[in-house]
Amino acid sequence: MNSAADSSRLIKLWEFPGGIYPPENKKQSTELPLGHLPIPPQLIIPLSQHIGAPAKSVVKIGHNVLAGQLIGEADGTFSANIHASSSGKIIAIENFVLPHPSGMSGECVRIKTDGEHKFAATETCENYLTVERTTLLAKIRAAGVAGLGGAGFPTAVKLTTKSTQKIDTLVINGAECEPYITADDMLMQMHANDVIAGAFLLSYILHHPQRIIIGVEDNKPKAIAALRVAISNFAKPDQDAEIELAVVPTKYPSGGAKQLIQMLTGREIPHGHHSADVNAICVNVGTATAAWRAVRFGEPLISRVTTIVGDSLTTQRNISVLIGTPIDYVLQHHGFDSTKASRVIMGGSMMGFTLPDLRAPVIKTTNCILAPTKQEAPLPPPAQACIRCGLCSEVCPASLLPQQLFWYAQAEDVERLQAHNIFDCIECGACSYVCPSKIPLVQYYRAAKGNIRNHISEKEKADRSRERFEFRKLRIEKEEAVKEVKRLARKQAADEVKLKLAEQKLATAEPTLLGENINTSTGPSVPQLEAVTLAMAKATTNQLSFDDQKSRLERIIAAAKNSVQSARAPLVPKNPEFPITEEQLVRQQSRIKQAELKLAEAEKKLSDFLLTENQVIENPVQAAITRAQAKTTQSPEEKLRANIETMQARLIKAMEKAEQAKNDQSPSANALQLAVEKMQQKIAEADNELQALNNNIKPDSD
Amino acid sequence: MFELIFQNPIASALIALVSLSLLFGAILGFAAVRYKVEGNPIVEQIDSILPQTQCGQCGYPGCKPYAQAIVDGDAINKCPPGGQSTINALADLLDIEAPRLDEEHGVEPDVKKVAFIREAECIGCTKCIQACPTDAILGAAKQMHTVIADECTGCDLCVDPCPVDCIDMIVVEPHLSRWTWELPGVKPLQLIATDKLHQGQAA
Repeated sequence: MNSAADSSRLIKLWEFPGGIYPPENKKQSTELPLGHLPIPPQLIIPLSQHIGAPAKSVVKIGHNVLAGQLIGEADGTFSANIHASSSGKIIAIENFVLPHPSGMSGECVRIKTDGEHKFAATETCENYLTVERTTLLAKIRAAGVAGLGGAGFPTAVKLTTKSTQKIDTLVINGAECEPYITADDMLMQMHANDVIAGAFLLSYILHHPQRIIIGVEDNKPKAIAALRVAISNFAKPDQDAEIELAVVPTKYPSGGAKQLIQMLTGREIPHGHHSADVNAICVNVGTATAAWRAVRFGEPLISRVTTIVGDSLTTQRNISVLIGTPIDYVLQHHGFDSTKASRVIMGGSMMGFTLPDLRAPVIKTTNCILAPTKQEAPLPPPAQACIRCGLCSEVCPASLLPQQLFWYAQAEDVERLQAHNIFDCIECGACSYVCPSKIPLVQYYRAAKGNIRNHISEKEKADRSRERFEFRKLRIEKEEAVKEVKRLARKQAADEVKLKLAEQKLATAEPTLLGENINTSTGPSVPQLEAVTLAMAKATTNQLSFDDQKSRLERIIAAAKNSVQSARAPLVPKNPEFPITEEQLVRQQSRIKQAELKLAEAEKKLSDFLLTENQVIENPVQAAITRAQAKTTQSPEEKLRANIETMQARLIKAMEKAEQAKNDQSPSANALQLAVEKMQQKIAEADNELQALNNNIKPDSD
Repeated sequence: MFELIFQNPIASALIALVSLSLLFGAILGFAAVRYKVEGNPIVEQIDSILPQTQCGQCGYPGCKPYAQAIVDGDAINKCPPGGQSTINALADLLDIEAPRLDEEHGVEPDVKKVAFIREAECIGCTKCIQACPTDAILGAAKQMHTVIADECTGCDLCVDPCPVDCIDMIVVEPHLSRWTWELPGVKPLQLIATDKLHQGQAA
């Protein structure tokens, strides 16, 4: 291992499956040296040029900015800073068409350049070995370095490895396998020292991996030679560090990170993993250079090398172009003939996409602008039916089954697509390239991937909606339950108030109870309490009903007496001219009779009632004893008198009956007359007895 | 022992079978009790297919109740937001024929919409908040309300209750982060002879 040239021959290479050998078309753009463009009058700098969240604008319209000044700040870890590419004035921060297959707009900062290209002050760093690794990463991050190979992955994020990942291989990707593109080739030729310096810098940041390998395809002899010279002449910052230059055979897509790592280390990245999981990190040569310049000179990423190629241009070359330069401006400076061009593609012929709008600017990931003629890139012929030749599976570098994926993509069978690992597809286009039926397979996979992503995000949203819905249901149920409890409490309180009012009506007899009830109703009611009050109320009504009934009966009697009196009152003629008729007299008689009947009824009821009440109150035995005692205490004279009285009453009745019978001429009239006479005799006897008794007593008492 | 078995092959076979059936019956009985699944798992599966817009266009107050109704025998073609793809998925799950969407319950929306409250006109009545099945409207009484667009399912239920008609259903603008490639518009030609004949006849 005396020289780098020797070491390169000893590097063991592996092979990746599949791959194709398309026409390289790299000659056209490598014949002229790296060019430069005049500063465009206007720069359009999108705030999202990388994978991740768009940067947040930190400038305002009307601000004057210098080249390299921060205009967009990274929004979160997964984002990148955006800088002004030249000095000038900010004229707009607005949505502008992006270099994106959708042709959609995104937020851009538009700068009217002043042509002076004044640089903002930068912080240089002579010896990065004395600087903390985190500080170096911060510098790279501040410079807004993102993967220049095409993906635009924020480099600082890539270099921040997890503690569980011990990186033992650093791969610097200079393979550049895609047809037409020679930007990395030109960069390696022109700035080989920067590439090597970048490789050493990244090695230092990654804690000195055992191997640093620069992988270059063997179709770039000038770049390989330049790198060899640079490696052998480079003053190594670290004696142990050794850069290996691996010349890999030209085969598309060797420039894919996964494929290059596999070729150089023999390690295949498992499904769903990153290169760091196989202890390797792959960085594009342009990215390594940008990282180096960011650390060494404090230079932010404001320009890049881009291949401008295609037969519809008069000049085909590589240029160092300011980021934000409108693509139509670039094309104008290369003699673009829109009548000859079939379309303008950003990226190479395999993985690039047709630009829908040429006003879109060059961004950090624009490695090539391809403006082919109609002969060079004819419109694809209509797709024919799949003949199941299997060529696509043979060339697939990811060992997938493109044909199967095609069917499932057509059927939009999300589950089977995922089961067939569609996300391992790197969209290299090898399958479409070899397809004899010219089926645009990659387009199907891209659509299917997008579908699946949408499907997943929709599913997530649906799950969230479900959660929110269920939570709402639960919440409403809870609220209802609380309301129900409150409602019950209110109902109970209302019932009590009603009860209380009823009692108040009855409380004339017992006002004390009312007071008690007020006390009970104010507190929160409990079923037991309610029961007690109810019982009490019931008891009082029972008790009161006695007095109530009594008073009621008395009232009825009084009313009956009144009506009897009024009925007995002598009739007064309303009109003195008309005397009272017979008829009126008869009516009065009947009224009197009715009133008397009612009075008798009422009196009977009262006496019955009083009797029952007395019975309730008094012991019947006691009552009998008192009655008996009263009888025994009576004197014989009193007894006699009482006897005579009763007999006289009976006599009167008998006389009445006899009289009636006589009037009616009934057969019992004689018998009744006899009974009357007998009664009269008895009374006379009793009178005599009484007289005798009185005579006896008088002398005694005298 | 073996002699006894050989001498009474039928009786021993009977005994063996009966004892085996008792043993396995006991194991199954234990498993049925021990590993009893709470609730109806098919309801959960149907619910996970439904789009969770909670719009009630099916006639049930939400997707879960509709899932339960499907299990109880209701038709699977009453979900317009889910559209034919949901019907197909349900038919697949339940192993029945996929019917067409029942137009009575609405038509499949071609664009995604979310509710938007014109805040200047909002009077803060909270009626839309009460109507929203996913709690995606924020606000308080006599305060202006607003829709959390990310949580809005576009169910439309808030539009009717609004007394001042300040809620619009606006189309979700296509955004770069949601953009995806489209499937190639032209399907590959069919080269099978019968297909060609068919096409020729049609033309």
